Amino acid sequence: MDLINDYRNSELILALAKQIKAEAATLSRPINIMEICGGHTHSIMKFALGELVEGVVNFIHGPGCPVCIMPVSRIDEACELASMQGVIFCTLADMLRVPGSHTSLLKLRGLGHDIRALYTPLDALKIARQNPDKNVIFFAIGFETTTPMSAVIIQKALDEGVKNLYFHINHVTVPAPLRAIMADKNVNIDGFLGPSHVSVIVGSNAYKELALEFKRPIAISGFEPVDVMASVLNLIRQHKRASFEVFNEYKRAVSAQGNVKAKELVAKYMRPCTFEWRGLGEIDDSGLCLKDEYVSIDARRVFALQKEQATKEAKACICGQILRGVSKPPECALFAKACTPNSPVGACMVSSEGACAAYYKYQRRGA
Amino acid sequence: MEALINSVIFEAFSEVGGEILKQANDSAILNLSSPLAFSTDSFVVSPLFFAGGDIGKIAACGTINDLAMVGARAKYLSCALILEEGLLLGTLKAVLASLASECAKAGVKVVCGDTKVLPRGKCDSMFINTSGVAEVLCEGVGVQSLKDGAKLLLSGDIGRHGAVVLSAREEFEISADLKSDCKSLLGVVMALIEAGVKPLCMRDATRGGLSAVLNELSRASGLGVVVREADIAISDEVLGICEIFGFEPFELANEGTFVLAVSPDDEQKALEVLRKFNPFAAYIGELSVRRSGVILQSRYGTQRFLEPPKGELLPRIC
Repeated sequence: MDLINDYRNSELILALAKQIKAEAATLSRPINIMEICGGHTHSIMKFALGELVEGVVNFIHGPGCPVCIMPVSRIDEACELASMQGVIFCTLADMLRVPGSHTSLLKLRGLGHDIRALYTPLDALKIARQNPDKNVIFFAIGFETTTPMSAVIIQKALDEGVKNLYFHINHVTVPAPLRAIMADKNVNIDGFLGPSHVSVIVGSNAYKELALEFKRPIAISGFEPVDVMASVLNLIRQHKRASFEVFNEYKRAVSAQGNVKAKELVAKYMRPCTFEWRGLGEIDDSGLCLKDEYVSIDARRVFALQKEQATKEAKACICGQILRGVSKPPECALFAKACTPNSPVGACMVSSEGACAAYYKYQRRGA
Repeated sequence: MEALINSVIFEAFSEVGGEILKQANDSAILNLSSPLAFSTDSFVVSPLFFAGGDIGKIAACGTINDLAMVGARAKYLSCALILEEGLLLGTLKAVLASLASECAKAGVKVVCGDTKVLPRGKCDSMFINTSGVAEVLCEGVGVQSLKDGAKLLLSGDIGRHGAVVLSAREEFEISADLKSDCKSLLGVVMALIEAGVKPLCMRDATRGGLSAVLNELSRASGLGVVVREADIAISDEVLGICEIFGFEPFELANEGTFVLAVSPDDEQKALEVLRKFNPFAAYIGELSVRRSGVILQSRYGTQRFLEPPKGELLPRIC
């Protein structure tokens, strides 16, 4: 089976669109579906799937972009660490562009600081081995998908006795922000597209409790157009019969239990902690941090960070509302004017997985 | 330095301009009788050698192709080298041999140049600048000739060069079948002109890829561009790499693929010529006064904008 082209088969996609419209014909209003993951937001915009189900499905973009939800305070910490003498600061991709209170990692790199965007987190370990006279700091970000990789690097570094690699852990988990969103009375969601990569790790069983708690169906979906359309069809059918089941459309990668070994490895080194989400505020047990016995590799504790008050996010920026699914990017006064990918104000425009970046890139003129 | 210039650089170009180079005058004296095209480009590639090419081949083809894109046949090239102290002589010789070989194939002479050596750490092993002068064989080729209804053709599949360089840089294991498209476009452009095709505009899709070129054509002409995704060839290897990193193949660099705009009358003839050089050449869309920006039509009828690439390509997080 061709894992790309078969899932972009136009006949299948059009047939699914027809079925979705037929099923939705008896609904009194369009069904509101939140895609939790930024990857889905991008697929929906990139393949313009909204056009195929126009009038019957309203896609709402959720909080699942690890860059978008990063608060300014954590970016300020990153910038402070990256500015220190003798440091090689490593992180992933889009984090470089996110503006902090005073600067960004990209600007600091331009000033000559050694800041590297890694293609694979394992490179942090390689860089530490190659530069024994430098302190290498890995700014770890991401949901359950990328957390196991951080745990693997920690394990390898400890096993190999690498002494100059430190971790700034910013990992977050999916269920907590969903609870925060569903607690908001302005939110009107009929069903969720469950994340693909996160689910590979956590397993489909992880959502059963949430579906029952929210009384909303969840369809774990792959990123390809056929995946999304098949999942939407399932959500409409469940909505019509008022069922709150977890449908695993992404069976080719997601099992009921998930990756047990990965989860165990994460639990060995990290524990739940409070995390401040951009736009959502502090949520208990929504993030992960290193356990106390690993204080010697915890960058936040090893390097004394200034406790400077982070600059408040721009007043006109509605990233918070977008992350809660209350507003859409074109409704923001800054969108495509003061806020563009080249000069982002809010995090949703910075990250390639952000809802604003997706709208800007694929639908700006049509917005 | 003198020994390097005499024994390595002059020697490398002995068959392609050596007689003029060896005069070692402050300037080369050239014979040209037709209108001239003149272009320059600097080449910075890491790694220096990659599947399907190297910095020398790109330095020759890049400028030859820029000149070919305005319907001109390159005659003379300059070659300026900025070398990092410690660069292996064998590496330099291999790069120069590759540059000379491409010039020989295109009938181009290297007639002047410059060499600087910088301390280690001040440049990334080697940079090359080439400038070229060319005889204009077909006048009026350029964005000023674009018009409503012009047909857009693409000379081959896209994204190969960007995918190869990215894979080599990140030590990513790739299929042996994937090679850069780096090559001279002079032959195919000459064939188009000889077949009687009158190109309205041509542009090679280098940095920024097809997406950048289509947006440039749209902006320069004030016309909309509509292209069909199904007609744009992308190899499975390139598509796979893009999926892994979260890149768009439309934004990846090419080094031997170009977009050709022609009048509807020339479309079939042009396509036949292009296909003789590359079976993946295709008619991909048209310019339209009724639309704005660059619109990509999916296989199932939906449409979205193809925005110009923004800054450096960074991979997605998950």
